Amino acid sequence: MTSTFLGMPHAPRGVGQLRGDEPFPAAAHKALADRQLRRNLGHATATIRGKRARAVAELADWEQLRQAGEAIKAATMARLDEHLLSLEAAVTARGGHVHWARDAVEANRIVTDLVRATGATEVVKVKSMATQEIGLNEALAAAGITAVETDLAELIVQLGHDKPSHILVPAIHRNRTEIRDIFLRHMPGVDPDLTDEPRRLAMAARAHLRAKFLTAKVAVSGANFAVAETGTVTVVESEGNGRMCLTLPDTLITVMGIEKVVPTWTDLEVFLQLLPRSSTGERMNPYTSTWTGVTAGDGPQEFHLVLLDNGRTAVLADSAGRSALHCIRCSACLNVCPVYERTGGHAYGSVYPGPIGAILSPQLTGIEDNASLPYASSLCGACYDVCPVRIDIPSILVHLRGEHVEARERGLLPSAEGLAMAVAAWAMAAPRRFRFAERLLRLGRLLGRSGRIRRLPPPLSAWTAARDLPAPPAQTFRQWWRTRPGDGTR
Amino acid sequence: MRVALFATCLADAMFPHAARATVTLLERLGHDVAFPAAQTCCGQMHINTGYRRQARNLVRHHTDVFEAYDAIVAPSGSCVGSVRHQHTAIARDAGDQRLAARAAQLATRTWELSEFLIDVLGVEDVGAHFPHRVTYHPTCHSLRMLRVGDKPLRLLRAVRGIDLVELPAAEQCCGFGGTFALKNADTSAAMLADKTGHILATGAAVVTAGDASCLMHIGGGLSRLESGVRPLHLAEILAATDRSRP
Repeated sequence: MTSTFLGMPHAPRGVGQLRGDEPFPAAAHKALADRQLRRNLGHATATIRGKRARAVAELADWEQLRQAGEAIKAATMARLDEHLLSLEAAVTARGGHVHWARDAVEANRIVTDLVRATGATEVVKVKSMATQEIGLNEALAAAGITAVETDLAELIVQLGHDKPSHILVPAIHRNRTEIRDIFLRHMPGVDPDLTDEPRRLAMAARAHLRAKFLTAKVAVSGANFAVAETGTVTVVESEGNGRMCLTLPDTLITVMGIEKVVPTWTDLEVFLQLLPRSSTGERMNPYTSTWTGVTAGDGPQEFHLVLLDNGRTAVLADSAGRSALHCIRCSACLNVCPVYERTGGHAYGSVYPGPIGAILSPQLTGIEDNASLPYASSLCGACYDVCPVRIDIPSILVHLRGEHVEARERGLLPSAEGLAMAVAAWAMAAPRRFRFAERLLRLGRLLGRSGRIRRLPPPLSAWTAARDLPAPPAQTFRQWWRTRPGDGTR
Repeated sequence: MRVALFATCLADAMFPHAARATVTLLERLGHDVAFPAAQTCCGQMHINTGYRRQARNLVRHHTDVFEAYDAIVAPSGSCVGSVRHQHTAIARDAGDQRLAARAAQLATRTWELSEFLIDVLGVEDVGAHFPHRVTYHPTCHSLRMLRVGDKPLRLLRAVRGIDLVELPAAEQCCGFGGTFALKNADTSAAMLADKTGHILATGAAVVTAGDASCLMHIGGGLSRLESGVRPLHLAEILAATDRSRP
């Protein structure tokens, strides 16, 4: 029997949150019309941008740190299989259990079975992108298990039956008045006189969550890093809710993307400098929890580490796109992105929004399931400049556009755009044809009034909906050039 | 030094004054400028829209046309950005290592106008006279691909009579992004609205930049607003003297 290798599997459909319901331009159209959203986002991203810029400017060796981060990630990915086996061995040696999950379905089943085995019907969670990616809360709910988000912003999103819209500040699209309304409507036993004063809102959440922390038997977390040499897992957070989740329950289950492994503690040190300055604009992260397997009489007595692939190996197989896996989820690229600032995160349809999401989601799902995302960028390059591990996001966006166009061509579906591009390339590859095309373009003068064109037919109507176009000039540059005396030799 | 003008297809066909001004300026500075008539387009639009296979012939043609010259100057940050940062990869993708090597060589001799004036010719004061209030938009590819930094501003500051005013949030994209303006027209228009708002807030009579494409976008927005602010390419301001006005 012969078989054809079709490439590494992508994240499966029908589970998790990597695909949107509609293409980016349609989702963005709705988001752009939401005035409150625009104001909330504009204010919040400008504030975080400023904080980050100040925190980064303090370090004279910031560029060297970024280069170190990039180099460590590239070296780690080149031998990812070996580092993961080292991590498994070290975690197991310290009394933890390691599970390998090929995709979201498998990871959800593993976690559900583990929680069931404890008899618990409620778990507390510390914010985790990986569990959102696989739709773990929904899978647990289907098994009759309630997952309680304990990060303040995740709690706001969960109570409001909403979706996160930012990697770091998932409720960035809400202002405090909206948050008060959500608490009043959905938080059991909340003070009916609650105001939108940030301190009062935080105290209400604190009282609500404290009861959960003290009764939970099982916690679920993600991981920011895992050190292969010692089997130490790390979670960084700002509210102390993570510390509670990671220390109080009897059982701790951590779901971690396989790209989160770092070889040594020396490597971890670089990322613990890069991450807080890039994400929250802080010099040091407030709560950094590290644990190694199980410690008798201290903290959870049962620890499970679920290593998640869900399309990551497919990303790793593409040499031009694989550095998307270097991402440490700081979200600096979201905060500087002029597109994200105006559309917000929901328009991207995935738990990974913004520039990093535009290159990561299509690679995890396969380009056909997120075909509009690589085009959701003006290629302005602001994301690349702030990325703490120097992921060249604009180049990967362009690469993925190429992958998309070529996948469409393989499907033998002729598109109007493809035809136009082919004609343009043909015309431009020979000067005589190019001059002819320029002469045709001059017919556009007929459309102009007082030197400008105000309305064009589709697809160019997309331009003239908001902008004029100058009428083509009476004389192109090359025509003018030929009128100059004595230009025969040039 | 054999200097060739790489006019760019957009300036050639739609904004000839930007290319003419580049010639005027370089000749005033004592250089003989050639215009290789076989030039067409660098292929940036094809590459950035995902049509890299269709761009291969354009990369080859561009390299053939300009290879004989010592310096290639273009009034565009993004076209030079494409030559410098994309052409070699396109040739390599096509499996043409020889073309990749030639394109890499050509990239080292290809300059955006402000780079050429300051880095190659070593001149900041080009003898221009332009008595108007001007604000400068640093286009994304000049700023973040080529890293031209404050070179265009240094050239503008030396212009006699100019009233140069700072553009708020200058480093934010205007929303053009090539086919982005068509594929994501709403988001592009939202970005443009903020850019034109900042330009109007400066009270400038002229907005300038180093790319005709971004200026076409910004100018299209300003025209739709009936604002009266005029988009002018950096080359046109630098070419202006008290005897010749753009």
